[in-house]
Amino acid sequence: MSTDQSKIRNFCIIAHIDHGKSTLADRIIEATGLLTSREMQAQILDNMELERERGITIKAQTVRTIYRAKDGEEYIFNLIDTPGHVDFNYEVSRSLAACEGALLVVDAAQGIEAQTLANVYLALDHNLDIVPVINKIDLPSAEPERVKTEIEDIIGLEAHDAPMISAKTGLNIEDVLEAVVKKIPAPGGSSEKPLQALIFDSIYDSYKGVIIFCRIMEGTVRRGTTIKMMATGASADVVELGTFAPGQFLPCEELSAGMVGYITASLKNVKDTRVGDTVTDAQFPCAEPLPGYKKVNSMVYCGMYPADGAKYPDLRDALEKLQLNDAALQFEAETSVALGFGFRCGFLGLLHLEIIQERLEREYGLDLVTTAPSVIYKIYKTNGEVVEITNPTNLPDPSEVEHMEEPIVSAEIMVTTEFVGAIMTLCQERRGVYLGMEYMETTRALLKYELPLNEIIYDFFDALKSRSKGYASFDYELKGYASAELVKLDILVNKEEVDALSFIVPAASAYERGRRMCEKLKEEIPRQLFEIPIQAAVGSKVIARETVKAMRKDVLAKCYGGDITRKKKLLEKQKEGKKRMRQVGNVEIPQKAFMSVLKLDED
Amino acid sequence: MEGKPLAVYLHIPFCEKKCAYCDFLSAPASLDIQKKYVKALKQEIIAEAGRLLKNTREQKPNNKLEEIKLSDKDCTKKEQQSVDGSTQSRISGKKNECLTEYSVTSIFFGGGTPSILPAGIIADLLAVLREYFVVLPEAEITVECNPGTLDRKKLDSYLKAGVNRLSIGLQSANDQELALLGRIHTFRQFQENYQIAREAGFRNINIDLISGLPGQTVQVYENTIKEVLALAPEHISAYSLIVEEGTPFFEKYQAGKLLLPNEDTEREMYSLTGKLLCLSGYAQYEISNYAKPGFECRHNLCYWERQEYIGFGLGAASLIQKERFTRQRELSEYLSAVETKRDTRIDRHRLEKKEEIEEFMFLGLRITRGVSKVRFQQEFHLKMEEVYGDILKKYQKLGLLFIDQDIVALTPRGIDVSNIVLCDFLLDSFPNVERQ
Repeated sequence: MSTDQSKIRNFCIIAHIDHGKSTLADRIIEATGLLTSREMQAQILDNMELERERGITIKAQTVRTIYRAKDGEEYIFNLIDTPGHVDFNYEVSRSLAACEGALLVVDAAQGIEAQTLANVYLALDHNLDIVPVINKIDLPSAEPERVKTEIEDIIGLEAHDAPMISAKTGLNIEDVLEAVVKKIPAPGGSSEKPLQALIFDSIYDSYKGVIIFCRIMEGTVRRGTTIKMMATGASADVVELGTFAPGQFLPCEELSAGMVGYITASLKNVKDTRVGDTVTDAQFPCAEPLPGYKKVNSMVYCGMYPADGAKYPDLRDALEKLQLNDAALQFEAETSVALGFGFRCGFLGLLHLEIIQERLEREYGLDLVTTAPSVIYKIYKTNGEVVEITNPTNLPDPSEVEHMEEPIVSAEIMVTTEFVGAIMTLCQERRGVYLGMEYMETTRALLKYELPLNEIIYDFFDALKSRSKGYASFDYELKGYASAELVKLDILVNKEEVDALSFIVPAASAYERGRRMCEKLKEEIPRQLFEIPIQAAVGSKVIARETVKAMRKDVLAKCYGGDITRKKKLLEKQKEGKKRMRQVGNVEIPQKAFMSVLKLDED
Repeated sequence: MEGKPLAVYLHIPFCEKKCAYCDFLSAPASLDIQKKYVKALKQEIIAEAGRLLKNTREQKPNNKLEEIKLSDKDCTKKEQQSVDGSTQSRISGKKNECLTEYSVTSIFFGGGTPSILPAGIIADLLAVLREYFVVLPEAEITVECNPGTLDRKKLDSYLKAGVNRLSIGLQSANDQELALLGRIHTFRQFQENYQIAREAGFRNINIDLISGLPGQTVQVYENTIKEVLALAPEHISAYSLIVEEGTPFFEKYQAGKLLLPNEDTEREMYSLTGKLLCLSGYAQYEISNYAKPGFECRHNLCYWERQEYIGFGLGAASLIQKERFTRQRELSEYLSAVETKRDTRIDRHRLEKKEEIEEFMFLGLRITRGVSKVRFQQEFHLKMEEVYGDILKKYQKLGLLFIDQDIVALTPRGIDVSNIVLCDFLLDSFPNVERQ
């Protein structure tokens, strides 16, 4: 079956978080008649429970629908839904590379946000044709005309004839579909050339093995073709290929240039099918891979430990299963004196971390203790060696350290002008280097900063939201490494160092962080049978101290008569409470205390 | 030959007015309901005695005939004794139904306010008990009373029926505090009632106190103790206020309107209690209980020492024949169950060895003199150290347990934080038992 290339439209939807991307995707699927609204589970593309709940897209999803346009022709729409968060920027860029055009969804009330811009630039980098769509025009606060002007002034896209829709109610969806046909070009490429296909996602299926989601740029792939991943070198015979019907795979005989589809080839590990890699025919390879491939690296690390030490093998199994679907998730076993056996896990960013943590807890029923997130520090040792560390505990002795480097990101923050001052103060507090500011219009500005990554992985996003009453939006990308005055802050509880509480801080803020940490732990650690000193130390120097006073009283001075059951239940409850504590030396530390470093900046 | 010691508890779930802190099964009720309840209590006593007797016989099927004969004889003998003693005796025609397996060492009428019942009822209930159980002549028989519900006539009838101990709920000698607690009496009324009880001839009286009341200062509490000491009761129970869910106090507490003394003040009150009482010749024998020598409450001790006890009435708990159970907690359910001869027992639970061991420790350690390693070994055929070695060592090192050749007891500091120590005596696993 050959398909007329001119009748194919490969496009994606880009938007700031919450601007209605997934809802629009649902409407498009619905309007093209594949599913009735009754059959549609809301937001069919966000099929992870967590995605629907958080209202974000985590994994790229793709669907093929057929639209009978007003010109009487049938068009094949390949809609590639991209992840909506900065943590998944690379995946977004690969999804974009698989398309010819993008629908830019802008909220009619909120206008352009930092991510809108970031995504537009990304789309422009890939030479996509961008079709603006004004969404949520049914909102009372909608100002579609203002937003259109904003799009024209800030982005420089023509927006006067942009579809004005409500994805929620389905209003004017037809306009969007027509715009896709008219404004987004058909794919190019020749089905006769050597195979060249871009992997924009891959998932693991326990029956089929790895399923590669790809866009055929050149050539044709058929069942039986021996394919080869050009970057990873993995090769295998194609077992099945096909296109994406909503919610299911639709096998076909071949995929040729311009088409979007899936390939299974009895590959067992998603690591072999990296996003961005090029699939080619092992016998007739293309001359060179598609541009833009890079191996995504974890940026944020933390220790994950089972609350119940006996669940360690369960945690390993769960991580292994998640990793099958998520090449960006890294983990290796580590041991903590305080927390026992666990894993040091690497993530793309804090959201990625939170998602994995939630999935482990929800889908695998694990109760976790997570240590404070860390970034990768480069340690230049006096002996000339350079080591990278992700766990503060592994920092070499200060006498062996010549200097240290930390990762730096370049960040763009969009904020209404009234909050510029507050946000600049925040960035300064976080050791930000001011690069510049652009006024997007009279009331909004785009702030550009260089920020150390370790300053934004804790709670920067929350602080940003709270200091701008929710108006600021934020986007960043890794820029490189810069030398910094950093020290390891150790926490001693009852004179014993608790490794899981150590973290790396800029020397200048060590005292402040240490003091707050001690205060926080004083709140978190319940009174025990003896007085417990809590100290923060840099090297052997104690820089802050608090004391948890000894418990005065915990006695049931009441006579329940013969009703022993009740008394026993009280004791059982108390004993259960003890189990939720981590024993460090003689001290019982509640599990949530290990996360308290995360919340130091709550005021 | 005496039977195994047995304590008997009778619950009277009635009071004039519910106190603001009280979460016991008790409520005001009409005289009619009270009568129905007492009737049900009597039926329950008879039914329970029959059941226990049947159990006893089933356990010894070979000696069945002999056993019954023995009980006849034994029972008659007991009644003779009763007549010899000062107590009233009602000779029953159904002698063979008397349960001789047990000898009742104490009877406790608790509540609620048992003294709210009309004068003759306590006597009636005791008579029924004596008819179906062997009540030792020296048995401790206590009635819980509330000030304001006592008069000379009632007290005389108690004495005549064999009641030899009164437990009077005072809680505080400060009228403002009494009002706050929702008590029906003033301190003055209490003093009058106490006086009448002494005049009537009661020689063993307990006074209940509660410390840590909302807004209470150490001075006010000290005054309460001094007022009580001036009356020289034989026994004082001094509890700390516990704000229980479902009480008016709890609602206030949730709303932040109950200003309780802080932990330190509360502990000061506790240690003050011990100090003042000790100076006046009272010895602490349990976390909250103090007595002049020889006046320790036998009934109370049996709970901590795990002596067998049987409870009658609404929600009354029992430990008998290695089984714990309680009774219907809903009054109408309870009454209809008794009336239709259904079992009133609920939450029946046969104790495993592990649980018996745990109870031995966490109940026994409430008693100031502690638990005996020797008794532990006799009862469980295991050394206490085999089961609890690490825990004993840990708390001895922390100064919370006193340990010698035989005795393990909480130290004063150990009492302060006893929950932490006691909960460690609950066993996660109990591999040692397999060896038995």
